[in-house]
Amino acid sequence: MITVTDLRKVYRQGDREVVALDGVSLQVPKGSIHGIVGHSGAGKSTLVRCLTLLDAPTSGSVSINGAELSSAHDADLRAARRRIGMIFQHANLMDSRTALANVAHPLEIVRSPKRQTRTKAAELLKLVGLEGFEDAYPAQLSGGQKQRVGIARALASDPDVLLCDEPTSALDPKTTDEILVLIKDLTQRLQLTVLVITHEMHVIKRICDSVSLLEGGKIVEHGPLRTVAADLGSKLSRTLLPLPAAEPLGTGVVLEVLLSGDTASAPVLSAAARKFDLDLNVLAGSVESLDNAQFGHLRIQLPEGADAGPVVGYLRDQGASVSFAGSEAA
Amino acid sequence: MNLIEELTTNPGITDALPEAIAETLLMVSVSGLFTLLIGLPLGIFLYTSAPGGLRPMRITNHIVSDVIVNITRSIPFAILMISLIPLARVITGSSIGPLAACVSLTIGTVPFFARLVETALRDVSSGKIDAAFVLGSTRMQIVSKVLVPEALPGLVAALTTTLVTLVGYSAMAGLTGGGGLGQLAYNYGFQRFDTPVMVLTIVLMVILVQAIQWIGDGISRRVDHRSAGGAGRKARRHEPKAAVGL
Repeated sequence: MITVTDLRKVYRQGDREVVALDGVSLQVPKGSIHGIVGHSGAGKSTLVRCLTLLDAPTSGSVSINGAELSSAHDADLRAARRRIGMIFQHANLMDSRTALANVAHPLEIVRSPKRQTRTKAAELLKLVGLEGFEDAYPAQLSGGQKQRVGIARALASDPDVLLCDEPTSALDPKTTDEILVLIKDLTQRLQLTVLVITHEMHVIKRICDSVSLLEGGKIVEHGPLRTVAADLGSKLSRTLLPLPAAEPLGTGVVLEVLLSGDTASAPVLSAAARKFDLDLNVLAGSVESLDNAQFGHLRIQLPEGADAGPVVGYLRDQGASVSFAGSEAA
Repeated sequence: MNLIEELTTNPGITDALPEAIAETLLMVSVSGLFTLLIGLPLGIFLYTSAPGGLRPMRITNHIVSDVIVNITRSIPFAILMISLIPLARVITGSSIGPLAACVSLTIGTVPFFARLVETALRDVSSGKIDAAFVLGSTRMQIVSKVLVPEALPGLVAALTTTLVTLVGYSAMAGLTGGGGLGQLAYNYGFQRFDTPVMVLTIVLMVILVQAIQWIGDGISRRVDHRSAGGAGRKARRHEPKAAVGL
């Protein structure tokens, strides 16, 4: 389990103070994957550097299984870092080392016996699906294969926490999914605590159990994936279930409807259309399966002159979240 | 007088030349070795102590940088060489001969090599250093397991350039009694107008420089694994098995 409490990072630029992290707190339970999303400039990179203590936080604490990291120095700090396995956007492998030697690197640092190191590195390469690539240099591997070596290297020190900094942002969609499946699989198998920092919603949708939205150095929304997705109108829900902009046709009332869980699989809309004898027009929609639950986010338009009140009431009774999107609704 | 006869009878070529070659090789290899031994740590220090480096030391870095710039930029090698004769006498017990010349050669090329080392180390991406830190490396381990191995192709190229420079400097050292091909060219070619010796010296210097460059480039390529094709024949071996799934 990783606990971050009120983490602040203030940079000095001459006389000016730049607040990169403004009191970030989060908790990730063992065995789960937490995603942190944010646009560039939101403080993601700073957060990563503070979590690994590549940069010292101005205040606040980072602890793993109760052991405090942020006050550690030198040998303690190095030992603490070894409890964090880290995956980078560009893998950051050593070009002068073969795949096997890259995975062995963290073991060499603590002077593990040579034979043991070799065996373990080979096992890890097998675990990430790179058996037979032991002697390949990074330059001879594809982007996805490099990332697999990076994952194997991150696991070599038997870390409690896996920190993934934009792990798939440099990969194509197919490779991205392969890497995500691997991370998810390893999390379950090794009971890791995983923190994924990314700007790709796709990554969050595919593997995360919970998610935080980082904006201006603060976590503005957070929660389990199902909860935040079901919160119609929240920023995370909008990015998880995005609707394309669409011009309403005519002047009928436009509603935004969010269906989640059982409501999402029930034919709520057509039931409403039958009940009120209305022609509902779907302007835009996004249907996703998130954390094994169905979600549907729809923008619908009622016919001109139709009374929205009863329809909204009915939809809400059925468990859907509804809001008015058209200007007439105000 | 034909060429063969000239090569076999001219005492400048039959007697003095072999000795001059040996002296030049001695000067280049001995001062090259010391330049490597002193310049590599110095270059690493310049890199790690720079602002934003592994262990920034602003003032020390500034002083060392300044001294280096002053030796390499302000003092022409010929002057440096003469001014270091007393020091050479203290260290080697003699102010003439190839070993004495090695002192000024080493001092003249160390700053040059250290700068090249620093530049080569700068080419190692900061991501690799971050990765190594996160793995729990000490600063020494970053230097020995990341910086030097990752910059090795650049370091070999830097040493090659330095050795080529040393060939040139060693010829200059010949003028102040260092011996070697430079002195041979001066004594025979210039003082005695012995053109064949002059020409032969030039040819030998060109061959020596070429040989150093070829060997250096070869080693540099061999240790360079940064591109799929550059690392030799093994490159393609892994591709047929590329289909990986879980």
